[in-house]
Amino acid sequence: MSIHANPTTPQFKENAHKALGDPQLQEAMGKLRVGFTAARQMAMAKLPEFEALRDSARDIKNHTLAHLDLYLEAYEKKVTESGGHVHFARTAEEARKAIVDICKARGAKTVTKGKSMVSEEIALNDALQEAGVTPVETDLGEYIIQLRGEIPSHIIAPAVHLTKDQVENDFRRGHTHLPADRDLREPTQLLTEARGILREKFLAADIGITGANFLIAETGTSIIVTNEGNGDLTQILPKCHIVIASIEKITPTLEDVSQLLRVLARSATGQEMSVYTTLSTGPRRPDDVDGPEEYHVVLLDNGRSSMIGTQFQEMLRCIRCGACMNHCPVYHAVGGHAYGWVYPGPMGAVLTPSLIGVEKGGQLPNASTFCGRCESVCPMRIPLPGMMRHWREREFERHLAPAGVRYGLGAWAFFAKRPSLYRAATRVAMHVMGYYARKTGKFHALPLASGWTDWRDFPAPEGETFQAKWKRERTRK
Amino acid sequence: MSAARDEILGNIRRSLRVNGAEAPRRANVDSRLASAPRGVIPQRGQLDRKGRIDLFKQMASAAFASVAIVQSTGEVPAEAARWLRDNNLPATLRKGADLRLAAMPWQETALEISEGRSEGRDLNAISHAFAGVAESGTLIMTSGPENPSTLNFLPDNHIVVLSAGDLDGDYESAFAGVREKFGKGQMPRTVNMITGPSRSADIAQTMLLGAHGPRKLHIVIVDEG
Repeated sequence: MSIHANPTTPQFKENAHKALGDPQLQEAMGKLRVGFTAARQMAMAKLPEFEALRDSARDIKNHTLAHLDLYLEAYEKKVTESGGHVHFARTAEEARKAIVDICKARGAKTVTKGKSMVSEEIALNDALQEAGVTPVETDLGEYIIQLRGEIPSHIIAPAVHLTKDQVENDFRRGHTHLPADRDLREPTQLLTEARGILREKFLAADIGITGANFLIAETGTSIIVTNEGNGDLTQILPKCHIVIASIEKITPTLEDVSQLLRVLARSATGQEMSVYTTLSTGPRRPDDVDGPEEYHVVLLDNGRSSMIGTQFQEMLRCIRCGACMNHCPVYHAVGGHAYGWVYPGPMGAVLTPSLIGVEKGGQLPNASTFCGRCESVCPMRIPLPGMMRHWREREFERHLAPAGVRYGLGAWAFFAKRPSLYRAATRVAMHVMGYYARKTGKFHALPLASGWTDWRDFPAPEGETFQAKWKRERTRK
Repeated sequence: MSAARDEILGNIRRSLRVNGAEAPRRANVDSRLASAPRGVIPQRGQLDRKGRIDLFKQMASAAFASVAIVQSTGEVPAEAARWLRDNNLPATLRKGADLRLAAMPWQETALEISEGRSEGRDLNAISHAFAGVAESGTLIMTSGPENPSTLNFLPDNHIVVLSAGDLDGDYESAFAGVREKFGKGQMPRTVNMITGPSRSADIAQTMLLGAHGPRKLHIVIVDEG
């Protein structure tokens, strides 16, 4: 069973531990820490309206979510009018079945696929293979991880956890029909090899499956945004194009999409605009000489409609740019696979418990320092740390947190609710700790704090509490 | 209608505490879809014709496209031939049935021209853009027999002709043009917004041109003044 259906999210701690000790992963992640963040900064600096566009983008999505039922109806009507078919799916299983049924009806043997996180969410490739249909991922990063039997470690850069040498090894292992002594030292040679192999797949596929960055209610249009052009070859060459998208992708008009496009690429890769933004509406027209004869949209709910009206509704504004993970110190340290399921980083920490349950996903909202960088860079101004805190509260309320954490928090709460006792106890503790570490100024080991001191020294207090010092400084003025 | 559809819409309505029939909500949606209000438009593209051409050229070049400006449609074939020659490419071109392209003096060049969609064997193609957007150096291509979408992606080298008069400052203006030509709420099967040649950074975060689509994109702006 693949990781899609069997998340390792409950083992986040073990996953993270392993990731920190993986030299290849750490080498790959080193680049990410600087690349995306610097590019975003430059793109923002070049567009004075960027902050105003973030407000505009947030307001558009808020308006859409408040009228989502009506926009879905309007969208469905336009798709149908243009000759396409809309399939509503309550669950991952219903979405898989809708797609497999179309494949069976058309007698499809192979499908090419553009990059889609919703496809990962519903574990579509497993279902296709079970039905005897061969799925071929065509985004270069997705192609690489398909060769490796992995899931994406980043929502826009699926193979960001790999080094060039690892990709070379995967190509040598996967492409055995090519000469073993071929030169693959340069990234361009790897790209050329993948281009050649996938070109044949594009031309031979029976069906093309893409995701959607946006769905436009005004016109019944689905939009994909790519840099490679793989999504386009996926959807214009085969006789049938299937779009798999979640319900919150709905956007009212072309004007509204223009606002969202302006913040998407800049927040994601720092580009002014991704290379290809493609708007697809229905099947090919009678005069057209290319394009698919059949067009289907599978609209997935999978728990999203229940997020509306809750403290997690704002998460549905997410446009999947990846800026939150590009700026997250925890993601930088452990990479995407440690999160154990499809959506990593801060957006994953909020979304995953909603989609797979807080019992399985409750570890993720704890994997945050609450530094707030994710919220500060989110183009949709989603209050990610605040929502992680909501999850922590729910996890605690439902007695899902480990006993040590519960007792610790209970003890802390006992003192925190009694200020005079708290002040007295901390005063004593600061004095004692300051006395014992008066020579070195730090502790190599502390009872109940080995999680810290096993890895680094704990700096000793200087004998005074913050509150005492604050009071002293204030009265001196 | 399906049970899944009813349940999803019902769930959304329950979460929003509405029943879907409220007139003010319907009016909100109808008016937004009808009037399609514009949001924040970047100042940078709000220029005169000359300024839009300059900005488009600058932005498209920054996205690794090459840009040439000619004074008349009659000069396009020679410019296409020059670009192919300078890049050591064969003197062949695939094109669609676009009348503007058909009216150009191809016989003045040694180019071998064929017509139709691409099946994947064409090295070079030429298309006519529907519009361009100066703010990001983006081409707007619409599908149809005139300019088949396969020509935008399968050939290794793509030349796109853009009339300076079709060059807008922002996406909203370009979409207004699409709406005017195809009708309100109507679209051609495919609209491609193209900003530079194909690329990928999926191997070790190194940006490389020519992933699955064209390796080279050459834009010829026809500015008849």
